[in-house]
Amino acid sequence: MQEMMKKRAMELLADGTVTRVIGWRRGEFSYDISPAVFEDAAQIERDFVWDAFCGANVSKYLIRESAKGRVLAFLKPCDAFSMNQLLAEHRVKRENVYLIGIPCAGKADIDRIKARGIDGVTGIEEDGEAFVVHTIYGDERVGRADVLAERCLVCKSKRHPVYDELLGEEGEDLPDDARFAGVEKLEAMTAEERFAFWRGELSKCIRCNACRNVCPACTCENCVFDNPDSGISQKAAADPFEENMYHIIRAFHVAGRCTDCGECSRVCPEHIPLHLLNRKFIKDIDELYGTYRAGEDDETKNPLTSFTEGDAEPAVVRKRGRA
Amino acid sequence: MLFLKSADLERFLAAASETRTVYVPVDVEPKKSAYRKWTPGTAVSKGLKTTRSAKDFFFPQTEDLVGFRIENKKIQILDPRGEEEDFAVFGVRACDARSFGILDKVFLSEPVDTYYENRRAHGLILTMTCRRPAETCFCTAFGIDPASPGGDVAFTETADGWYVEAVTERGRDFLAPLGDLFEDRDGSGAEAAKEETRAIMKRLPLADLQTDAFGGGKTKEFFDRPEWASLSEACIGCGTCTFVCPTCQCYDIRDYDTGHGVKRFRCWDSCMYSDFTKMAGGNPRLTQKERFRQRFMHKLVYFPENNGGEFGCVGCGRCLASCPIHMNIVKVMKTLSEGQDES
Amino acid sequence: MQVNETGAFVPTVVAFCCNWCSYAGADLSGTNRLQYPSNIKIIRVPCSCRVNPMFILRAFQRGADGVILCGCHPGDCHYTTGNYYTRRRMTLLFSMLDYLGIERERTRVEWVSAAEGQKFAETMKSFAAEIAALGPNRRLEDLRCRK
Repeated sequence: MQEMMKKRAMELLADGTVTRVIGWRRGEFSYDISPAVFEDAAQIERDFVWDAFCGANVSKYLIRESAKGRVLAFLKPCDAFSMNQLLAEHRVKRENVYLIGIPCAGKADIDRIKARGIDGVTGIEEDGEAFVVHTIYGDERVGRADVLAERCLVCKSKRHPVYDELLGEEGEDLPDDARFAGVEKLEAMTAEERFAFWRGELSKCIRCNACRNVCPACTCENCVFDNPDSGISQKAAADPFEENMYHIIRAFHVAGRCTDCGECSRVCPEHIPLHLLNRKFIKDIDELYGTYRAGEDDETKNPLTSFTEGDAEPAVVRKRGRA
Repeated sequence: MLFLKSADLERFLAAASETRTVYVPVDVEPKKSAYRKWTPGTAVSKGLKTTRSAKDFFFPQTEDLVGFRIENKKIQILDPRGEEEDFAVFGVRACDARSFGILDKVFLSEPVDTYYENRRAHGLILTMTCRRPAETCFCTAFGIDPASPGGDVAFTETADGWYVEAVTERGRDFLAPLGDLFEDRDGSGAEAAKEETRAIMKRLPLADLQTDAFGGGKTKEFFDRPEWASLSEACIGCGTCTFVCPTCQCYDIRDYDTGHGVKRFRCWDSCMYSDFTKMAGGNPRLTQKERFRQRFMHKLVYFPENNGGEFGCVGCGRCLASCPIHMNIVKVMKTLSEGQDES
Repeated sequence: MQVNETGAFVPTVVAFCCNWCSYAGADLSGTNRLQYPSNIKIIRVPCSCRVNPMFILRAFQRGADGVILCGCHPGDCHYTTGNYYTRRRMTLLFSMLDYLGIERERTRVEWVSAAEGQKFAETMKSFAAEIAALGPNRRLEDLRCRK
């Protein structure tokens, strides 16, 4: 696949369809891959990489890059959902982007590999359904399924809702049953247990803002948390309240727009399961206002900017089973 | 040479806890550790590094500097500092131990930061050698020897325990009353363990990282390099690298209106943030490229320029592990020095 | 935390009231000499839809023990549809607060028209009593703001 992508990228550069290509650039230890913009065939030949560690969602970069001129982007299915949502919000100039959908078999999470006690990694090779990890302490073999990122284990779709052309075969939507298991588990707890769980998780927050900055739905030019007059200390985890406030509002501001791409949880240096906040909103919206999938198309109205006369009252929350 | 058997660690920490609070690295999830206060039964992490650095102990992420209480027309000024208690940090690696020296250069030079100074005066640093360095480690590039980590007391790890050596006067005073916890062994085991660590360091993928190209006086050489544009293009402008870094020392001071008074606090700031240099007259760093350049120029050029050649990086590798887009100081150093060869 | 002369907890309750209905409803209950607790602090807003989720959170930050939002009955919004958006927004916000383990009784939305002075007073009484029984807000407070 990598060679097909490189070839196609060079062709489109050569025939002038695009002037730049967004992809992934290889790193030092094979897992530390950075998103990158390529401008000529030589760069692509040397540095372009596509493998199980290209987890970063590149759709957000297209806001900036599409403003500069024609650009090619390779999109995994979840990137394509984010992309479609950005198009729906008119954040990306459609005529300036050329989108190639690429299949994705799930991305590996290096932290999961390291959690198995593997370090000193010098290289990683894919070998069927396993990875061979070369380390200075010897080679290790790990099953692919054991080290996939959480978001990939519960992947919602292998389908690309938007593209100009596809490489490989188009996939299908996958059943949603496992995706909300984590939310359901929390919902079944008592309020005290939930409070303790979230206090434990959110107290780890260092307010680095990575979850916000990486989020393809967080595209405000100026964030409310960057406004010093808002009474919020943007940089300081000064009080548990600030942590709650930040994470509630961060998730709320993307409610109805979040495609559950899982970038927030991927980038969190403290491994806070941020997707559990976003998925709660998705689950509530599905249950209360009918199934809605952000990024599915660019026409359906966001559930938070529409309504029906028979909507549930907020008191519905009080009527739930366990307090 | 003093030797502490693995089985006696609990006794050692209990004895140390009698005179001060002891913080130890604890696994919070598999292979992810954080410093926690030691209490009987706390299992000490065997991991290499905590996710956050140890700088929090001396330069916490947020701290109140002064408070103002407003009642009627009177303003009362409150000093939030309590009596600082003695504490010890156990299991500090060589990189973090060196970082304190770098922070000292900033906070203990005139005008002395008394908040920091106070914590330094009460903190005892118990360091530990690295037995299993990770691929992200490159401390040796900055002249750090992970086999002699420094601090007040250095622990050299072996299969069945630790060789313990006092490095400073304070370390000697701390060890003196704890004598019966240790065995007496000859130092050959310690030397062998140290050599083992040094040998591993030579095999690491970043073992040959060179710093010669950088240092004081190179501002003009690097400032306008075209590579900054491509290096910074993927940067999302978060503060992860800064906040896990043991040597980043920038902070912001803000007032928080509590409704009945004001708390003036300081908190870590990040040069990666868009408002870092925002001033009344505007912002001199308008794009992420300039912010990104600042972080690396500071560590590799400006800091050595102002501090006798010492780099502002200790090669702990935390930013390599945490950056959401895997851009880091190693890639910056390699790219900039490669470009130099070509020109 | 405020206590009265018998030592009982007196909660601070913030009520966001729509200018066109509930705020007038509060006026009506006043001119009718209907009593409602004095620890209810009313903040007038042009429409219930003006209330950003952050307003609710900041009220708790600044020492509120309960927050109630009052707007026009669905279908009666002065701006035609504002309260319909409020309804969805607050449902999701309250659900999220519940999910974080914050007492679900601390937040409420009521539709009170300009003619419902009686309902306004009753609602405020019952809400204040409920919050008093619940005790002070500890899970969503900002310790720096505690007196």
